[in-house]
Parts: sequence; structure tokens; C-alpha cells
Amino acid sequence: MNMVSEIASAPRSRGASDPAVRMEDVNKWYGSFHALKNINLTVGRGERIVICGPSGSGKSTMIRCINQLETIHSGRIVVDGHDLTAGGRNVDLIRQETGMVFQQFNLFPHMTVLENCTLAPMKVRGITKAEAEETAMKFLRRVRIPEQAAKYPAQLSGGQQQRVAIARALCMNPKIMLFDEPTSALDPEMVKEVLDTMVDLANEGMTMLCVTHEMGFARSVADRVVFMDRGEILEVATPDTFFDAPQHERTRFFLGQIS
Amino acid sequence: MIRVFGWNEFLVIVVAAQWTIALSAIAFAGGSIGGLLIALMRVSEVRAFRLFATGFIRVFQGTPLLMQLFLVFFGMNIFGFAINPWIAATIALALHASAFLGEIWRGCIEAVPKGQREAATALGLRYYHSMRHVILPQATRIAVAPTVGFLVQLIKGTSLASIIGFTELTRQGQIINNATFSPFLVFGTVAAIYFLLCWPLSLVARRMETRFSRATAR
Repeated sequence: MNMVSEIASAPRSRGASDPAVRMEDVNKWYGSFHALKNINLTVGRGERIVICGPSGSGKSTMIRCINQLETIHSGRIVVDGHDLTAGGRNVDLIRQETGMVFQQFNLFPHMTVLENCTLAPMKVRGITKAEAEETAMKFLRRVRIPEQAAKYPAQLSGGQQQRVAIARALCMNPKIMLFDEPTSALDPEMVKEVLDTMVDLANEGMTMLCVTHEMGFARSVADRVVFMDRGEILEVATPDTFFDAPQHERTRFFLGQIS
Repeated sequence: MIRVFGWNEFLVIVVAAQWTIALSAIAFAGGSIGGLLIALMRVSEVRAFRLFATGFIRVFQGTPLLMQLFLVFFGMNIFGFAINPWIAATIALALHASAFLGEIWRGCIEAVPKGQREAATALGLRYYHSMRHVILPQATRIAVAPTVGFLVQLIKGTSLASIIGFTELTRQGQIINNATFSPFLVFGTVAAIYFLLCWPLSLVARRMETRFSRATAR
């Protein structure tokens, strides 16, 4: 009896059974340009998704919709059980639960590395400075740059800055991490240190959505690869299937171009 | 009887500079508060705020400061307030400064890269914290030089308050000139005092400008 009622009520309450992200028939336009076309994607908890595709295909736009840096025109996005399209408070909640890493790092240049990491936890979560600094140092150690805590972003290399950006996002204890081409602005010799950090994060079970052209990363880390072109999701497959037996003509063309 | 322009007359003019400084300071303080509000409204997501701020800026940039002084001065009378040059000059100059500082600071806020606001938003920071801790501190650095430059304009602009009978540097010069009738000496002195007030500020502004351009060049 108990079990039956639990099962019956499960879909209604938020819990472990909810997917991390569910996008249903999402559409978005920039003026007359149809940027996202009927996007349907469900990302389970702990799942690692890599999104790839030619430039202008809507990859970045899609993940930016998940924390509402972009608004959608139709469809539904549910993140961790919160319906984004319901608006208002849910958007704030979701932004607190999703961390984002940008191509251009977007560190705050007038603050030290430590201050970059403590600002949001103090102002949004309302924790004390001491607590925030303790958490920040924990994550700076995890991305292996605790010794840079007192420096300003401009004093660091690109790879170090991006690792700080990852630490800064982690300080909010997000359930989902969004990566928007995190290695595209880096010098080649710094790509590895950032990818290594992301692999560590994946191994710890973080739910991740990564827009990236690093196919080695996709092959070794992703649970599923999503291929987008012209605002549509053309193919979703495991890395093995995706790379060795791509279904779609345009996927094959794309893979031929980048390899 | 015509007085001779002597030491006493000179000192009277110098002392009047304090009213120019006081008027500039109050107008600048008022203009800073108003200017921040106008700048924030100008970059707001609320259309009504943007329209109001734009209209406010257009009106004050498109009319002479002298007319603004007249309108406030005589307008106060129409709305039933006693005519008071001090209050009229302060209000008119503060509104004038609000419009110009608002437009200058809007540019500075917009000069902060868009990614900064996005990063703050993605971290869950809402409007107030994101402005206060992320956007405005960066905009301030860009704003210092043009703001000091505008302050120089404002100090010189206070001379127009003499026309509505506010006794500051220029008006005191006119009064002394009426008694001594040595216009070249009198207005030469007045001009020299304005120069001494404004020149150091111009130097500071230029220094800050070079320092900023060096800092951003990287």
C-alpha cells in the first residue's frame, strides 16, 4: 500500500527520479532567424553530455537557455524539477544550481582570484566570509592553483584563469555544470590542464553539458554526444556510435572536417 | 566717484571664489546622485525608464545652460516658491550635471564587457549585487577621467549663475567693475582665478586618462 502510493506520487515531487535537465519542443528566434528548432533533450543526473556541431548551429544558445542567459519563445525547460518557463523565482533557483564556464573566462578583473570565488556564495547564499574562503580554497586546491588565490586574473595564464572560473562556479555547489567552449580561447599548450580538470569533475559524478570541439574529450568522457546543425539536434549517440558509425550525412561531413 | 582697483578689491574677488566652489561642489554632488540614477535608467531593461532617461538627457543637452537657469529661477516663482538665486542655481546646475554625468556614465557602464554581467547572472547574483560588486566598480575606473573633465565644464558653467543674481566669482567681478571701471584688470583677475581652479583638475584628468589607457592596453 505504502509502496503503491509512493510510486504514484513520485513523478509529482522533485526527487532523484527527476532528470537533471529536460527540454521539450524548445524554439527560439533571433528576429527572423530560427536559432533553436524543436529541441528535445533529456539529461539524466550524473550524465556527461558533449554537444558539438558547426559554428552557428545553436550549441551555445541551447546551453545558455538552461540558465536563462537566453530566453526561449516556446517549449518547456525543466531543470532539476524546477520549471523554468514558470518564471520568477524558479529562474533564480536554477541559476544557483547550475554553474557555467565561458569561452572568455569572464573572471571579474578587479577582484582577486579568492574574491572571484567568494562573491556569489556570500551575496547569494549569505554565508560568512570565513566559510566562503574555506570553500573557495578547497575548490582552488581541486583545480590545483591554491597558490594563486591572492593574485588578480590578469596575472594568470589563460589556462589558470579558466581553472579559476571552474572553481568559482563550483563554489556555489552546483548540481549541473554548463561549459560553453571552455578551451576554444586557450593557447594549445593550456588546453590539457583545463580538460584534465573537467575530467576530474566528470569522474566525481557531476552532471555536465559541454559545448566543445575537443573530440578526444568527447570520446573518453561523454556518456552521449549531441550533434547540432542549423538550430536542430540531428543526432544523439554514445561516443562509440557517434564517431565510428555516425547516422547522419551532415554528421559525417562535420567529423570529416574536424579530424 | 570711481574707486581704484586695489588690494581690497582684489581680495573681495578672491573671496567670492568660495561661492563658485560651493556652488560647483553642491551641483556636482547633486549631479552625481542624479547622474547615477539617470545612467542606471538609461541601461535598464524597463522601457519606460530608458525613455524617461533619454528624454531627460536630450532636453538638457539640447538647451543652453542659461535657459535652464532661467526656467528654474522663474519657474520656482510660478510654482509658488520665493525667488532665491542660491536654490535656483543649485537645482538648475544639479539637473544639468545629472543629464551630462548620466550620459557619460551610461557609456562607462556599457563599456564593461557583456560577459561580466552574464558571469554574475550565471552565478545567481541579482541586479543589485551584480551592479554594485561587478559592473559599477569596473565602470568607475573608466569614468574617472571624463567625470573630472565634466567637473571643469561645470565650474566654468557656474559663472552663468551670475545672470540670475547669484553672487559668485563672475558676479562679484561685475560689481567691482561697476565701482572701479577697470574691466581688463577685474575680469583678468576673475579669469585667472577660474584658471587656477580648473587647470589642476584638467591635469589630474589627463593623468588619469593616460594611466587608464596604459592599464587597458596591456
